Amino acid sequence: MRNSLGLRSLIEEIGGVDQVGIDERVAKYATRSIKKHAKVFGLKLATTMVDLTTLEGKDTPGKVASLCQKALRPHDDSDIPPTAAVCVYPAMVKHAAKLVKGTSVKIASVATAFPSGQSSLKIRLAEVRAAVSDGADEIDMVINRGAFLAGELARVQDEISAVLEACGEATLKVILETSELETYDNIRAASFLAMRVLRPGDFIKTSTGKTSANATLGNNQVMLEAIRDHFLATGVEIAMKPAGGIRTAKEALHFLVAVKETLGDAWLNQDRYRFGASALLNDLVRQMVKEKTGVYQAPYTFSESTTAY
Amino acid sequence: MHSPKRTARPVARELLFGNLWEYDAAPESSPAFIDASYGLFIGGKWVAPKTRKTFDSISPRNEEKLSEIALAGAADVDAAYQAAAKAFPAWSKLPGSERAKYLFRIARLLQDRAREFAVAETLDGGKPIKESRDFDLPMAAAHFFYHAGWADKLNYVTPGRVLEPLGVVGQVIPWNFPLLMLAWKLAPALATGNTVVIKPAETTSITALKFASILQDAGLPPGVINIVTGAGDTGAAVVNHPLAAKIAFTGSTAVGKSIQRALAGTGKRLTLELGGKAANIVFEDAPIDQAVEGIINGIFFNQGHVCCAGSRLLVQESIANQVLSKLKIRMKSLRTGDPLDKNTDVGAINSRAQLDRIHELVASGVAEGAELYQPVCELPHKGFYFPPTLFSKVSQSHRIARDEIFGPVLSILTFRTPEEAIEKANNTHYGLSAGVWTDKGSLILKMSNELKAGVVWANSYNKFDPSSPFGGYKESGFGREGGKQGLLDYAKLKATF
Repeated sequence: MRNSLGLRSLIEEIGGVDQVGIDERVAKYATRSIKKHAKVFGLKLATTMVDLTTLEGKDTPGKVASLCQKALRPHDDSDIPPTAAVCVYPAMVKHAAKLVKGTSVKIASVATAFPSGQSSLKIRLAEVRAAVSDGADEIDMVINRGAFLAGELARVQDEISAVLEACGEATLKVILETSELETYDNIRAASFLAMRVLRPGDFIKTSTGKTSANATLGNNQVMLEAIRDHFLATGVEIAMKPAGGIRTAKEALHFLVAVKETLGDAWLNQDRYRFGASALLNDLVRQMVKEKTGVYQAPYTFSESTTAY
Repeated sequence: MHSPKRTARPVARELLFGNLWEYDAAPESSPAFIDASYGLFIGGKWVAPKTRKTFDSISPRNEEKLSEIALAGAADVDAAYQAAAKAFPAWSKLPGSERAKYLFRIARLLQDRAREFAVAETLDGGKPIKESRDFDLPMAAAHFFYHAGWADKLNYVTPGRVLEPLGVVGQVIPWNFPLLMLAWKLAPALATGNTVVIKPAETTSITALKFASILQDAGLPPGVINIVTGAGDTGAAVVNHPLAAKIAFTGSTAVGKSIQRALAGTGKRLTLELGGKAANIVFEDAPIDQAVEGIINGIFFNQGHVCCAGSRLLVQESIANQVLSKLKIRMKSLRTGDPLDKNTDVGAINSRAQLDRIHELVASGVAEGAELYQPVCELPHKGFYFPPTLFSKVSQSHRIARDEIFGPVLSILTFRTPEEAIEKANNTHYGLSAGVWTDKGSLILKMSNELKAGVVWANSYNKFDPSSPFGGYKESGFGREGGKQGLLDYAKLKATF
């Protein structure tokens, strides 16, 4: 990829995005009516796609341990599958490893001076290596938004490549932080910058969850279409992770409808699509129990519930 | 974790839109409250037709009978006109603010009963419930609200001049948006102080007849709106009645022309909103995915039963293949079937006659050498259905590029330069609407100056608003509906010095 490529010429090459059109397209997803078996299937699928997340200054080994237990067994009902992964800060990886290593639940760690990325590249890469050596299966990095907005696209891409190398065998998820890129054109451009150096199965991800705006059906759609165009042009299957702001099962189903109708069946699995979320899991569980029993259970029926009793 | 396929390049580059996660049927279950039979609504009362004849209204969804509709003859139409003429003096002299109250009341009652009317519209006309629910009903109510606002402000339409009502207005409306077209016609007529005889299309009379109950609930004075039902003969009686001060017609160009002939020399005013063969023009710098969405919306909205449907896609040669392949991908996730299912995107064709016409025109496209594409989709066995259809390699002389198909069939043509696009877009008898897709603002302005069409959409399609005048150039008709300009077609303009 050319180093001197400016943002304008990149957008010309990959095509721009019209905001009104995107918003109109995604409004149709929200009108899909998902009932009965389709609903149960969707809820279960969404559960297997959750990266159950805790990213707080007050995280402790104890908190991470209970998160891991929840990820392994979201509810007493064994029909409800485990989540895809837990997502924690690097310092918590080794604590998570004790509980989930050897299970189907992966350990994802944010790294690269998450969430701002405002640290030297050397330190960011060291953080990635440390997380991987502590047992992280997946690394959620942030792109250098400052460099992107300053027009230093080659630098953004080179840094992604450097992180990718530091990941070794670990899967990489590249967080664009869509709210800081602001426009759909920028989101599409940043998606392509990342995808052009990523391996099949690596992810692009909307947001850190640490800014005011996070995953929306709109930015999800822009990124899904970027993934589709990249796949059709190169054959490389990039995965997608919307993160932050998806709190209800109903919203999650709308996101899955977008995947079904944009990328098709091959992306409807946890290797190709994830949800970065915490509160979402209990709403998924709650809806699954409701489908089974016909009634909604009290919030305290579900472990780790943070809603009012 | 690190699977070997990471380094291997997958070969297959097909997206699979299969049934891994199939949506279950999600039929709308609200009742439509359709009566077993309907009379004529004349002078505020239900009356039996003097013809003693009725006809069946069936649902295109499954060909089942919905109701028995009265067939109005010339004597019935005359009774309707007499009732309207009798109601005119009092109605036209009401203060505008009083007429506004009725219009507001009608709008609110329509909103209150929106779901019921949406289901009835879908059962009767075949359009997907999501469209009748999210488009037809809200827009119909919006037209009444908008014109309610004008009723007491007519002196400000043309400041210093006065708008006077015309008298009794005869209106004949089509089957593609039965209730919405009724709203487009009735709202401005009432706001300006006219009284009305209206005839819905024979395949879609039910929501108009249900609407009579809203008029009763709103307490509208008897005779202000009279609803007569029937086919072409009834329509002719409405059009030719001597008491009519004005005829407003929406429908085919052929019928529009015959009405114009019949009215010549009678002194009746006339507005016509007729057919179209709109060009939807996509330039190479357009945002492709959104243009594709706009093309889909432009042609498959309401099964293409839209006079302003973007039925001729003009795409710049440099991106023609890309647009075609993206259109095909997008069409794979369109859901065609039972219109009552909330997930249906393309519903039933309105009637067998219309289905036959679509079949005939599509066959002509194939015979003339255009390339046909239809996604694989399973259509219901009963009822009238046609799959979403694309024709590529279409040239200007093909019938499918010239005739209005009025169905879910898109003809794709290419162009090389803006001048060629303008020439091809304007090379038609029609001139109702057009679409332009480009990232370049100045090109949008240039195109909209050059296109001979009443409505030009830029980077969008099929956008409607009660405040925007809608109507055509050339054989797409004359007169405008909606907006301040639409009021002028229902009034005499008087200047007092």
